[in-house]
This record gives sequence, structure tokens and C-alpha cells, in this order.
Amino acid sequence: MTQFPSSARLWFIQTRYQFFTFTRSKVGMFFTLGLPTVMLVLFNALFGGGTVDTPGGSWSVQQFYTGGLAAFTAVSATYTNLVNVVPIRRDEGILKRWRSTPVPLGVYLGGWITSALLVAVCGVVLQLTIGVTFYDLTIDLAKVPAMMVTFAVGVTAFAMLGLAFAGVVPDADSAPAAANATILPLAFVSDVFIPLDNPPRWLEVIGDVFPLKPFVNAFQDTLNPTVTGSGFNANALIYVALWGVFGAIVARRTFTWEPSTGGRSRSRRRRRSR
Amino acid sequence: MSTVEVHGLVKDYGDHRAVDSISFTIAAGEVYGLLGHNGAGKSTTVEILEGHRHRTAGEVRVLGMDPAHAGREFRDRIGIVLQSSAVERELTVRESLNVYGSCYCAPRPVAEVIEMVGLTEKADARIGSLSGGQRRRLDLALGIIGDPEVLFLDEPTTGFDPVARRQSWELVERLCADGMTVLLTTHYLDEAEHLADRVGVLVGGRLVTEGTPAELMAMSPLTTITFTLPPATSAATLHLPSTAVVDGASVQIETERPTQVLADVTGAAAALGLELDSLTVRRPSLEDVFLALGGEASP
Ligand SMILES: Nc1ncnc2c1ncn2[C@@H]1O[C@H](COP(=O)(O)OP(=O)(O)OP(=O)(O)O)[C@@H](O)[C@H]1O
Ligand SMILES: [Mg+2]
Repeated sequence: MTQFPSSARLWFIQTRYQFFTFTRSKVGMFFTLGLPTVMLVLFNALFGGGTVDTPGGSWSVQQFYTGGLAAFTAVSATYTNLVNVVPIRRDEGILKRWRSTPVPLGVYLGGWITSALLVAVCGVVLQLTIGVTFYDLTIDLAKVPAMMVTFAVGVTAFAMLGLAFAGVVPDADSAPAAANATILPLAFVSDVFIPLDNPPRWLEVIGDVFPLKPFVNAFQDTLNPTVTGSGFNANALIYVALWGVFGAIVARRTFTWEPSTGGRSRSRRRRRSR
Repeated sequence: MSTVEVHGLVKDYGDHRAVDSISFTIAAGEVYGLLGHNGAGKSTTVEILEGHRHRTAGEVRVLGMDPAHAGREFRDRIGIVLQSSAVERELTVRESLNVYGSCYCAPRPVAEVIEMVGLTEKADARIGSLSGGQRRRLDLALGIIGDPEVLFLDEPTTGFDPVARRQSWELVERLCADGMTVLLTTHYLDEAEHLADRVGVLVGGRLVTEGTPAELMAMSPLTTITFTLPPATSAATLHLPSTAVVDGASVQIETERPTQVLADVTGAAAALGLELDSLTVRRPSLEDVFLALGGEASP
């Protein structure tokens, strides 16, 4: 009896294929890598040279925006991307086709998540490079380890949350709306697009409860000159990681390979069978 | 032991019984056709055997395993062509076969499979750019890439042009010659006749009859002859048999002796120098078999 290929090999193949499919999809590339870059350029053009005031003190706009948008890119590449694409692939029957092969679920999803992490790495490196090259972004080498750990915790957690939420998105049609309706409003109260200066209490609470702001702030800390030391924000990281664990548990329960059997897929079946 | 064994299989969707205690077996190397109209329960049955759906009651064994609890080893030994499912349209034909094939213990060579399904010219084309029929051929290719022992084909030729349909029949025949066991579903009696060693007819979730295609054909022994009556001729001038149905200018004759009837009618027409427009001779179709079984022709 011949052997199955090793999981490591399968994982590698899956990651590579997911990465190719992503980079060949224009829509995904634009929203994940293009749009945050446009925003980075825009915000710097509008507010460049200014300062932002956060509880720790006053620091330059480019440090704030590069950190915020880089973190946001990482979230787009994982959470937004998975919430968008998982329901589409589910309803198109692509997941069911994979289920027809001997690939283990963990390897299939593992490859997909690894690819999303790679996209996130590309996005963050792109943002930081633009920042350093054009906007006098300074990166404190002493804080680079904190930056990398924060990034790793954040993308993993948001990938899990993306999978979890994709599982409850009813069908492919509602996926893009579901992804954007959750992440965009949250971004406004999470120091991504605007530093919140004395916001209404309830907006502050929303920002603090959901994991985006803790992640964005933890990432910004590694670029914030008023934060001294290694730049690790342990509390925020633990909080984001807990959300990630919650996401993984929910994802385990909600993930399905089967297309949704709502009214739409029935009518589709009728159409097909004519 | 048979490769596929189904005993008293029942599937309910809510209070709708889609499959109603059906039983059949498929021997190793046999090609079995499930024939039925839309909604007859073909896909439900096949997908239970594939392990994609759970049954309500009954016993099912494929390769000696229960698909409901079988895992990776099971899926390594079967091939599945779903009735409808997309492939990542960003990949090329070759890439998709490479990546899907990589999951199996012993996949077939990709180039060989591409050649078999006739996609050589499209091997490096993006799947998004393929036509419907070409995608269906890719479905077939992905179904056999793992070199399966049992192949499930859910309406494999829907969307094919007549040439492609013939080609895919040849392909399935070639695969069967390798000893593969095949379960296929179809709406077409001629397809079942061409490919299947044995056929089961599903009507409303029940297996109403089973047999070789020839046996099914024999259930409705009548051949249908149709043509258009030339102007200024009557039934009598053409020696039409008494069973002929004349509706305006169109004539339909159902007969057990098509050779004799044709000789009489065309002989008479030829003698008068008349041409019979739209002359067709049609063998029994699925409709005729359903009628012969006392069922409704269309659900
Ligand atoms: N997931 C489902 N939920 C509820 N009802 C279903 C589901 N799948 C199928 N059915 C119903 O079960 C019956 C049998 O469906 P099935 O898909 O097995 O038919 P089929 O013979 O494959 O038809 P077709 O030729 O159109 O593919 C139909 O009445 C269908 O509406
Ligand atoms: Mg079907």
C-alpha cells in the first residue's frame, strides 16, 4: 500500500496554490494591498507633518498612520479576505470538491491561512517600505521583535476570527457585505483612519471590546517614539490572542464544506437541471 | 462481496422523502447507471455513497466501508464528479490537476489525464476562460486524477455537444476497460445504453426497475416512425397501417415491426415519386420506458 504524501509537503503545496490564486485575483489584490496603500499616501498628503496626541504623548502623523494602516492591511489579508472568499468557495462547490479528495481539513485550511499570513507579510512590508522611503518613517530596531510578535499574534487571531465568521455568513452573496460591514465601522473607532480624541464613551467601549483596536494600538506602539522600552504591549496581545482562541473554537463548530441550501441554491439547481 | 452495496436506503429532507428504501449492488468492474428525471433522487443517492450526505436509514457499503464514517483512505480510492461544482478559476488546467492530484497516494500523470479528456490545447489556459463543456471535461479529469477504484459520475455529459458526449463515452468506456467500477447518473436512456452494464430506474425516490439496457428497451418494444404527409396525399395512398396517428400533415406510427412498416410506406411513396419530409425512426426513449412501467412520463 502506497503512502500519502507527508502533511508538511501537502501543506506547502496548498500554501503555494492558495497564494497563487490570491495574487491572481485582481479584486483581492486591490482591496488587500492597493487600497491601504492609497490611504497611506492620501493620509500623508492630507495630514503629513502634523502630530497626533495619544495618552502617551504627542507623536508624528506618519508613525501613527503607517502603524495603523499596516495593521489594518494585516487584518484585510486575513479576516476580510477569509470572510469574503470562504462563503464564495463554499457556495460554488469548491470546498465540496476539496472534500471529495483525501486532503485533511487541517492541511487545507492550514495552507489557506498560511497563504493569508504571507499576503499579510507582503502588505505590512509594503506599507513600512513606503513609509520609510517617502515619509521619514523611523523604525526602532529595538522594537522590531515586538513588531514581529505583535504581527504574528494579530494575523493568526484575525485569520481564526475570519474563518469563524465565514461559517455563519449565510451565502456567497452576503459575504462581501458581511466582511466590510464588520471591519470598516470598527476601523473608525480603532485608531486606523483617525486618532480618537475624547470620543463618546460608547464608541470607546466598542473599540476596546473588539480586538481590532488592541491589535492596532499594540502595533502602533512598536512605531511610537513616546513608548519606551521593547515596545511589547502584553495586555493587548493576550487580549487579541484570547479572541483568536475564541475564533478557532467557533470556526470548528461553524465550518462546513457544503454549499448553503437556501432558496438561492435551490433555484440554481432548477436552472441547471433544465 | 460487491464493490457497492445499498440496502433499504432512505433519505428524508424534512418531511420530504427523497429516496425511498432502495437497494442495489454493483459488482467490481461493473458500470451501473441510475436513470431518472429531475428530482428523482439520483444525486442524493450518489452523494450518500460518496460520503457527502448522511442517510436517514438503510445500509450502505462502498469498497467494504461505510461512507458516512469513512475518511481519508476511502476518499483516496474513490473518484467523484459532482453534478455541479466550480474549480478555482484563477488556476490553469494543469495547475489544478497538479494541486488536486497532490493529495492522493498514487495520482495518475497529469499530462496523461489532460490528454485523456481532450484538454491538451487548453492545458495552460486559466479555468476561468474555459467553456462550459471544457469545464465539465476538467471535472472528469479531476475525478480520475487519483486513479480511483470506484468512480461516481453525476450527470457527466450534461452540457456537452454531441461530439464531446461521444468522446466522453469513449473515455468512460476506456476507464471501465481498466477494471474501474462506475456509478453514473443520467437523464438519457441512450447514454445509459451506451455506457452501463446495468441500469436502475428511479422514479420519485423509488427504484422501479432494474436490468440491462436491452431489457429496459424491451419493456417498450415500440419503435416510433414520424414524417410529414406530402400535399394532396391521404393515409390510404401511402398504405398507412391502422395504428398510424395522423394529425394534420404529421404522421406518427408506433410499431413492433419497423422494417416492414417502413418498407410499405416508403415503397408506396417512392412508387408515386413522393418525398416524405422529416422522416425519422426513433427507438424507445426514457419516456417510453416510464410509460411502459405505468409511471408518469414526466413528474
Ligand atoms: N439539500 C436538500 N435539502 C432539501 N431537499 C433536497 C436537498 N437536496 C435535494 N432535495 C430534494 O430531494 C429530491 C431529490 O433531489 P436530487 O438532487 O437527489 O434529484 P436528482 O435526481 O439528482 O435530480 P436532477 O436530475 O435534477 O439532478 C428533490 O425533490 C429535491 O428538491
Ligand atoms: Mg442530480
